[in-house]
Formats: sequence, structure tokens, C-alpha cells
Amino acid sequence: MTSHEDHDDRSGAEVLLSVQGLQKHFPVTKGLLRRQVGAVKAVDGVSFDVRKGETLGLVGESGCGKSTTGRLITRLLEPTGGKVVFEGHDITHMSASRIRPLRRDMQMIFQDPYSSLNPRHTVGAIVGAPFRIQGIKTEQGTKKAVQDILELVGLNPEHYNRYPHEFSGGQRQRIGIARTLALKPKLIIADEPVSALDVSIQAQVVNLLEDLQNELDLTYVIVAHDLSVIRHISDRVAVMYLGKIVELADRKSLYDTPMHPYTNALMSAVPIPDPARRKDRERIRLQGDVPSPLNPPSACRFHTRCWKAQEVCKTVEPPLVELAPRHQVACHFPENAPEPDRATPAATVSA
Amino acid sequence: MTTQPPESFLELRDLRIHFPTEDGLVKSVDGLSYKLERGKTLGIVGESGSGKSVTSLGILGLHKGGNAKISGEIWLDGEELVSASADHVRTLRGKKMAMIFQDPLSSMHPFYSVGAQIVEAYRIHNRVSKAVARKHAIDMLGRVGIPQPDRRVDDYPHQFSGGMRQRAMIAMALSCDPELLIADEPTTALDVTVQAQILDLMTDLQREFNSALIIITHDLGVVAELSDDILVMYGGKCVEYGTAEDIFYRPEHPYTWGLLGSMPRLDREPTERLLPIKGTPPSLINVPSGCAFNPRCAFAGRTDGKATSQVPDLLETEGGHLVRCHMPRAERRSIWDNEIKPMLEST
Repeated sequence: MTSHEDHDDRSGAEVLLSVQGLQKHFPVTKGLLRRQVGAVKAVDGVSFDVRKGETLGLVGESGCGKSTTGRLITRLLEPTGGKVVFEGHDITHMSASRIRPLRRDMQMIFQDPYSSLNPRHTVGAIVGAPFRIQGIKTEQGTKKAVQDILELVGLNPEHYNRYPHEFSGGQRQRIGIARTLALKPKLIIADEPVSALDVSIQAQVVNLLEDLQNELDLTYVIVAHDLSVIRHISDRVAVMYLGKIVELADRKSLYDTPMHPYTNALMSAVPIPDPARRKDRERIRLQGDVPSPLNPPSACRFHTRCWKAQEVCKTVEPPLVELAPRHQVACHFPENAPEPDRATPAATVSA
Repeated sequence: MTTQPPESFLELRDLRIHFPTEDGLVKSVDGLSYKLERGKTLGIVGESGSGKSVTSLGILGLHKGGNAKISGEIWLDGEELVSASADHVRTLRGKKMAMIFQDPLSSMHPFYSVGAQIVEAYRIHNRVSKAVARKHAIDMLGRVGIPQPDRRVDDYPHQFSGGMRQRAMIAMALSCDPELLIADEPTTALDVTVQAQILDLMTDLQREFNSALIIITHDLGVVAELSDDILVMYGGKCVEYGTAEDIFYRPEHPYTWGLLGSMPRLDREPTERLLPIKGTPPSLINVPSGCAFNPRCAFAGRTDGKATSQVPDLLETEGGHLVRCHMPRAERRSIWDNEIKPMLEST
């Protein structure tokens, strides 16, 4: 059909995770009676599918709801609305006791390797905890199983009895990954897995995540703010802005032909490590900061900072539509849109 | 031991900053020398613990009164600062040199309004009334792009967003028109679109004030955008120094190659795999013998055993490009041209 050379087409693969219209509103209360006076709409109607074996990247600036989305999927937070379906089970409002067996298949890697490991537990206890909690007996005992996993993530199995403070940041992140892998999960949600690490260590952990994916047939949802890391690691990428997905596409088409103005602005803002490029570069300068999610702009939430915004952007919310094969955008005036007859009706009206 | 003052605006000569601790002597900065002229930008790159921030705190005299052992010379505009008294260096801080810190929330006082903090800094160095200083603070906030500066001047740091706080920090640092500005990871805590605004702002202001700028970061992209010259630090020492073009197009140190290979890039077709540096940065108490980078270096075997026995000297290879490596120059060039560069560019 179409040419996705750098992308092994997984559109035929089975959908492992399906997120539909997911919402999370944090109430804002005031006064003695804790009356609710508003809500922070951290995630406000997000939908996507993740197929078996693929990596979906969620990218955006702080406050766009990418981490909240990750936590909703793993049910560390209770969704306000919408649906999360994992392997055919609707887990949106499943009780804690019923979801526990599913947690085995769905694990999370956290950003900060310093605060996500209990300093008073040994590595053996940390990585062995999933076996204990899930009541799993392994053939040669938990210790052997833990040591195998430590080896798999590139740690010395003899460090079983050491404490987290004896390790460097990169090694601690490996411990976190080992804990995640303990029960051979199918889906891993990684929230900024490398952003707290030094550059050279970042690359080691990125490569480790890729190796593990190939070896263990893992599916990843990776949440990060770094567009270059996301491009390196993802098959598909969703760009979020103020609680909504503004663009969702295969890696290649998103980075080669970004359609949403926000995606364009994000990419042009990334500093390029090439001194010759600094003079001839046209950078899109966005004005101001991301507006507060407490009181987001009407209709298209990007219109306050968008240089293409017109009246329609303030009144009609653009739906997320597929403008090119496997390339969805929520914008009235997309860039790089393929042919005019495919454009949204709104764009034609005001043209 | 005092020598002639140099002609450069800022010059460090064999600066050493060591901290005695219970576990041993931490050699954070161990023999660092560089020069910087007015109107120029020096980028200092390195990983955590390479000594890049300690150096800048040393220039500002912020180790004075602590237990740091400092030797060497720091010349700023004809004055030597290592031997100068703490009181004297304090009079230079703010006016002659100023610093922008990484985290603006923890480097501003939460109890005082942003305006009051700028006013205080300004009035220490200028004998003016509070009203004049306040007007100056409003001016500065406007200059760095804070909307409605006359109203925001009375806000407290927590009422500002991350990007605005960093702008306010820059306004504070620039309020006394310093000739040397040191920015330590100025945009690390910020989102990319805000980072782009701050980098543009710093470039514009530097051009306007003709100040010397030192930018310390781990982000090679930020360094490439701003720097004239780049200094790569590893284990408290400079391992490579050169123009931005030298470092990005003709790097000769294996550590610089490693940094370039570790970094995914948006401006090129994605590579199949990143090429990380193996191992972890060294402890500054037990720096590896010989070349500090040797345990992580893929080419340490090509130095006839010198890598583990001798500390290599920082030698000039061509036109001010300095490299600290035992391998002969021809070999380094050939490794870069034939082994490293093709791997970084292959898809």
C-alpha cells in the first residue's frame, strides 16, 4: 500500500491496549466545606490503540497530561471518564482485587531512580517483591529468578544483597527496569525513563529498552518530553497539548511531515547539535507559556499561541481526523496536508 | 608565584579546587585553564560530577569560607581572584560577574517579591533611591519579556511559571550590567518551546551588553546553538577544547565521540542504535590512574599501555584545538573519519 520503509507494519497485530475518550479531572476545592469550585482537566478525552509489540511515544510539554495518561492506564489514578481496555478486559473501574492479577501483565517504569526504590530494601528484596506480592513460586526459587533478571538488564547478579545507594543513577534505573520485568509483563508504561540520567547513560538505557523489547516481545508506551529520544525509540508517536492529543502518526510521517502547528513549533524549538545550522535556521517562536489546564482556552486549545489561528479556532473544536494514512491531526489549518479535498470542511469554509 | 596579568578578559590558569572529605580528597577541578574574551560565548559540556559547576562557583568566589582547597589563578579583567579577599570578591559579584542558576524556584527567596529581590541586588551596587531601583527592576523585567512588568514586579516567585521565573532570574543577573555572565544549565528545567525563547533572549542580551558568557550544560544542542568555543570536561579536567566547528565536525577525543554517539538527533535520519559510552562516570575520589577516561574508552588498547600509567597532556592539534589523548594525532583523525563519523551518519 503505502511506503513505511522504516516501520514494520503492525497494523495487522492484535490490539493489546485500547484507550477511549479517557478523562481525568482533578477537583479544585475551596473553603471549609471543600466546595468544588473547578477542575483541572489534566486529561480530557484521549483515545488511542496500542498493538502488540509496538512502541507508542507520548510527547508534550509539562502539564499536557502525558504522565497522567500513563498513570491512568496502569490505574495508579482513577479515571473520571472514558475507558481503558487491556487485552479485552475493561479495567477502567475494576476493583483492586480483580485488577491485581492483571498487574502482572502491565508494569510501570518511573522517572526518578532515586525516589522510586525503597532505600531500606536490598536489590534482591526490591526485584523479588513482585514474586512475593503475586504469590509466584519459581522452579529454582525466587533468588535465582531475581539474579537471572539482574543479569538480563546488565547488572551483576552478585549485587543481590546491596542497597540502592550503592548504585549509580543509571544502575538504579536498571534496577527499576528489572523489577518491572520480574513477572514477564506484556505491556510496560515508562514515564520519562531516561530524563534523569546523564547523556552517555541515557543511550545505554535506551538501547537496553530496545534489546529487551526484541528479546521478550514487549509492548511499550513511553512518556517523555524529549522529541529526539521519542523519535529514536517509538513506532508511533502521539503529541499532546493541554490534555488532548493534537497529532498521532507513525514515527516517520510525524517527523517528516508534521501537520499540526504545535508539532511544527515543538520540532523547530529543539536545539540542533550542528553549529552551521544556527544561522540559517528559521525557528518558530511561540509566544508565552502553556495556558493553565484549570481554565483552558475554548475550542482549539492551541489557538492562543498559534500563528495560524482564525475565528473558527476559537469557536469550533477541531476533531482528531485521519488526513493521511495512519496520520491523525486535530487542526482546522493543518500544514503538509496531502490534497485539498481531504481537508476538513471547516478549512474549506473559511478559505 | 604571581605572574603577569593576562590580556584576556577572563583567564583561568591551572585552577584546582579540591574538597577534603572523610572518604578522601575530592578533586572536583584538577588543573583547568582557559581564556574568554568580551562578547564571546564559551560552552562547557560534561556529565554530572565532571567539575563544570564547581569551576563556575569558583570563579564567583562562592567557595571562599568553605573547606575547599583552591589553587591556581583566576584573572578577571586584570584582577586575580583566587588570592583576593572574600569581601573584595563580593563587591565584584553582581556588578562585574553574575550567575544564572539552573533551578529558579530554589534560587529565589520565596518570602520576598521578585521585584524586591531585583531592587536589593541593584541597590547594593548603585546608590539610588528605592523608587529609582524599582523603576529599573520594572524595566529589566520588561526587557526579558515578562508581560505587564509594572504589575508582575510585586508578585512572588511562586506566582510565576517556570519560564517566567527563569526570565526573572536573568533580569536579576543582568540588573547591574555584569561583564561576565555564567549560566549553569539555564534551560534544563524548562520545556523546549520555553527553552527556545530563553536561548534567543540570552543571545540578544549578550549582543546588546557585549558581555562574556559561559554556558554550562550537558545538552550538546544548546551548546551548538550558542557557543563560539566549547570545552569538554571529564573527571575534573579539560579533555578537549576548540571552536564549535572543531568539536562538532573534527572531534578528536574518544569521550567527545562518545557524547556525540549517545545522542539521538532530530536533524538526521534515525540510526538503528545509539552508540553509548560503556560504564559510568568516575568517582572523583578514586580517579582512574593514567587517563581518567581509560576504563570507558574503546581505544585505550591502542596507546601502548600508556592509558593506564600516564596522564595525557592537553596538547594543541591544530589552530587552538586542544586534545588530551595518548593516541597519535593521525590515528585519532583516521578513527574519526573512518570509524566514528560514518556510524553516526548511517541510517
